[in-house]
Amino acid sequence: MSEKQILNADDIRRALVRIAHEVAERNEGVGDVILVGIRRRGVPLAERIAAALTDFEGYQVPVGHLDITLYRDDLSKRWPAPRVHKTHIQNNITGHTVVLVDDVLYTGRTVRAALDALADLGRPARIQLAVLVDRGHRELPIRADFVGKNVPTAGDERVEVRLNEVDDGADAVMIVRQDT
Amino acid sequence: MQPQPSVVASVMPEGERRRHLLDLDDVSRAEIDAVLETAESMKEVLSREIKQVPALRGKTVVNMFYEESTRTRISFELAARSLSANIINFAARSSSVEKGESLIDTVRTLQALGADILVIRHAQAGAAHLVARHFHGSVINAGDGRHAHPTQALLDLFTIREKLGYLDNLKVAIIGDILHSRVARSNLWGFTKMDAQVTLCAPPTLLGPARFWQATWPRVRITYSLEEALDGADVVMALRLQQERQQAGLLPSLREYSRFFALTEERLAQLADNVLIMHPGPINEGIEIAPEVVTSSRAVIGEQVTNGVAVRMALLYQLASQVTHEE
Repeated sequence: MSEKQILNADDIRRALVRIAHEVAERNEGVGDVILVGIRRRGVPLAERIAAALTDFEGYQVPVGHLDITLYRDDLSKRWPAPRVHKTHIQNNITGHTVVLVDDVLYTGRTVRAALDALADLGRPARIQLAVLVDRGHRELPIRADFVGKNVPTAGDERVEVRLNEVDDGADAVMIVRQDT
Repeated sequence: MQPQPSVVASVMPEGERRRHLLDLDDVSRAEIDAVLETAESMKEVLSREIKQVPALRGKTVVNMFYEESTRTRISFELAARSLSANIINFAARSSSVEKGESLIDTVRTLQALGADILVIRHAQAGAAHLVARHFHGSVINAGDGRHAHPTQALLDLFTIREKLGYLDNLKVAIIGDILHSRVARSNLWGFTKMDAQVTLCAPPTLLGPARFWQATWPRVRITYSLEEALDGADVVMALRLQQERQQAGLLPSLREYSRFFALTEERLAQLADNVLIMHPGPINEGIEIAPEVVTSSRAVIGEQVTNGVAVRMALLYQLASQVTHEE
């Protein structure tokens, strides 16, 4: 197994601050914005973007947690059943701009499930997508509005996002390749 | 098609696929914890305006109720619908002739019609096990005779954990017609796995000798005194007293039963404020439990019913994710 670091902790911080600026710019402020992190690593990323927005917009953007397990399209192919976590979005999303946040955009199936899950929770004015890494290989017509870094990858590689809130140790994004 | 199992596993090896839920005897603590945690997430789904998720789209659940039931049948129906499964209610009357034969035939028919999960309630103990031996999908026991009612025990555990915040080392008193109760038996398995100290309390005719219970659950305590059973209890569970027990000669009268064994306000006054009063329903108000107790703040009888849907959703979800017909 070989690993290569593609983003270090500083790179991740800068990328998230830039995404925060882009979110504010695209939406002409963040008064209507609700950040929704997709469990599990999308949640701390959404919280970090919200903290950055508080810094320079002086406004605390609400952050929700979205669990998409019950909306997956591969449930009957998986065993054991993936653990279901709670969705926790305090604010009513109807009429607001929801910015979905996830760590890696790959096939697009997670985002597809997240869109369905959001539709059951309300009717947002618009939904945008922010990801730390876009690694390509889409299987659905989905693209991100805000991207930390585009990383061309091969199908047999894995992109691992490590965040200190979830994983032990420093923040990093790695490309992991299984030796065959 | 999966090979037909020759025996229904009574003990589930660690990490092996669970196909059925027939009782809690073969369910590990870890499996119970997983169901209860998933049920918490399901409860969040049920708190939404749109109380439905697509997880079980395309799956077919059949409710086979050979015995009358309101809450359990509706609870399973709501659970299946909330997960977007197809649910078919098969209301059957128990026939006294060649029961085993016709039950197996029915299962074969449901198999051929593409059912994925069978939920069965039957007056005969062992009916769910029999069905499980003849069905390629999953079977959930929704109550068989005096034998088992595992989903009731799971929703009881869920309710206690939600209310008290813990499940370890509880002191539990189960009061009433324990001899005829499948709820008591499944709860004994569930509580035992949580290392609870369980006390069974009833008139001798509705309880039997201590060694009968201790042969299976060595730590269980038996008493014929309600005061003794209630002493120090964290959870008090009253069971329904079937009116026909009096006709069968097991009780001199319902009034006498109430005088000695009913949960009344005076009797519960000695208990701590956070004691939970539970009842699996349906309730005979004024016989095993006083109306003021049913509506008191310590009673969680309504919560038990509400939580039943979330717990059954969790079970359906976990079993359905491993049902594959087109292998």
